[in-house]
Amino acid sequence: MSSATMEPSTAAAAPLHPLKDFWRYFSASRGAVLGLAIVVTVLLLAAFAPVIAPHNPDLTDNSVFLVPPAWQAGGSSAHLLGTDAIGRDILSRLIHGARLSLMIGIAVVALSVVAGTVLGLLAGYFRGMFEIAVMRLMDIVLTLPSLLLAIVIVAILGPGLMNAMLAVAIVVLPHYVRITRAAVISETSRDYVTAARMGGAGHWRIMFSEVLPNCTAPLIVQASLGISTAILDAAALGFLGLGAQPPSPEWGTMLADAREFVLRAWWVVTFPGLAILITVLAFNLLGDGLRDALDPKLKR
Amino acid sequence: MLRFLFTRLSLIIPTFFGMTLLAFFLIRLVPGDPIETLAGERGIDAARHAQLLTEYGLDKPVLVQYGIYIAKVLHGDLGKSIITQAPVLSEFSSLFPATIELALCAILFALIIGIPAGIIAAVKRNSILDHGVMGVSLTGYSMPIFWWGLLLILLFSVQLDLTPVSGRIAVQYFIEPVTGFLLIDTLLANDTGAFWSAAAHLVLPMVVLGTNPLAVIARMTRSAMLEVLGEDYIRTARAKGLSGFRIVAVHALRNALIPVITVVGLQVGVLFTGAILTETIFSWPGVGKWLIEAISRRDYPVLQGGMLLLGAVVMAVNLLVDVAYGIINPRIRHQK
Repeated sequence: MSSATMEPSTAAAAPLHPLKDFWRYFSASRGAVLGLAIVVTVLLLAAFAPVIAPHNPDLTDNSVFLVPPAWQAGGSSAHLLGTDAIGRDILSRLIHGARLSLMIGIAVVALSVVAGTVLGLLAGYFRGMFEIAVMRLMDIVLTLPSLLLAIVIVAILGPGLMNAMLAVAIVVLPHYVRITRAAVISETSRDYVTAARMGGAGHWRIMFSEVLPNCTAPLIVQASLGISTAILDAAALGFLGLGAQPPSPEWGTMLADAREFVLRAWWVVTFPGLAILITVLAFNLLGDGLRDALDPKLKR
Repeated sequence: MLRFLFTRLSLIIPTFFGMTLLAFFLIRLVPGDPIETLAGERGIDAARHAQLLTEYGLDKPVLVQYGIYIAKVLHGDLGKSIITQAPVLSEFSSLFPATIELALCAILFALIIGIPAGIIAAVKRNSILDHGVMGVSLTGYSMPIFWWGLLLILLFSVQLDLTPVSGRIAVQYFIEPVTGFLLIDTLLANDTGAFWSAAAHLVLPMVVLGTNPLAVIARMTRSAMLEVLGEDYIRTARAKGLSGFRIVAVHALRNALIPVITVVGLQVGVLFTGAILTETIFSWPGVGKWLIEAISRRDYPVLQGGMLLLGAVVMAVNLLVDVAYGIINPRIRHQK
């Protein structure tokens, strides 16, 4: 009898699976779920772009240049969002552009997370001169206006998508270095690190398999917010003619092409920017949601 | 206080030298021979090439070159523009007021709308108003401002014909620069027509550049306000029977503004980044547009000098914010 009454209470006290627990907090925010839904949609659009897009994004057609969107007078259902100055279907270009934007966001963040984590880990673990040198350098990068530094780097390396991505990755690097270093410094004084050291673990083992896994939460949050920054900065470089080069359907580059038609064809200018805004907004919502769900200070 | 100032200054000097190192070596990374880059497509003969190499000091070891560069920078010599042959520093200082005027108006715009919006969101927490303000501010934060500028031009200049598309003032006005700020100079010249023209040119760029800081300030004000409103002294004020307005506007706001001021200071770098894009869209004759044009003309001295000068300005403003913060908040000042 007593064991039967005990059972439910122990079941209730048992902690939720970490993933379930995480989802409970994450799904409490409607904005975060909306952000996730949009991000998944954009991911699917990007993955199946050739199947979904109604036209070839690079196909020019002289007979249909600057056709307005389908719902406007003169628009046609063949080109839902209209066509640009050389008759390319804007919807198809936007769908293919999603591939580029996501690729940019993910590649930039991957690059800066890996480099930033390693630098931050080494700086926070070994301290001393190395830490001072790294952190000073990061301060300098942070002091310069981010887009200006990115522009200078691209101006030197030459315009193009790869160089633009590299430039943005360098510019956002300090955030990851700082976060990792701060987390590592607070973790290395914990008992479990001392225990590992007593157990004879080497520097590398302590750094990568003891300390690092305990520093991941702030990094995940920063990374998801970082994707939106990366997409925005790369689009700005594209807009200035320093990022992806035409005829690439990168959204910023499309806007740069469309600038001269701002007086004649609103749709050429409006839709690429809307695509950037929605995607960036979705990643920001997702990042905010992740922060609320992963930050133990906000929990409970 | 003096000690606090000295520690801050001692941190800034190595950062500045680091920045000169970065500016110096980044430009050295430009592929190709600098003299041939200078000569452009016409090419150059060997004798003149050697002569120019000595003239620019490029035949010396890199470290010596850096030493010479530093000595020149400290004397205010940042080199000459390859295109106009004008000293970089004088070009910068003639264009910088336009950027400052735009940036100041943008930050004022952001403060005037952002702080009240943040306060309302905090006071009416979880209401529709709060969600609305936060939704709009997250949108503003995610806004690609180069597109935002085009949209506003499309709406206000093209459709409604309310504001000019680009530039700083209509061509028929010529105002002798006194302060470099057109809004002030036109008033000094007592030319109201010119003043309204300058103001009309300023509105759209100001809104575009202010959008991002506005979003950040509104969010920051809201969270600072929420924190302060939970404090004991607010409960005391409420218990004393003070009006809701007085509690919010006097007791809470004063303390909530401290983190907001810091954020405003940190927005300076963001503002310059935005200014590059905003000035490009609106053909605003400031340093941002100047730098972008320098890139397309491969004018490396301008790029190098402009980067260093903008970096120095950001550093100086950050120092001022730190000091102001120390004055407002004694806890920071007396930190050991």
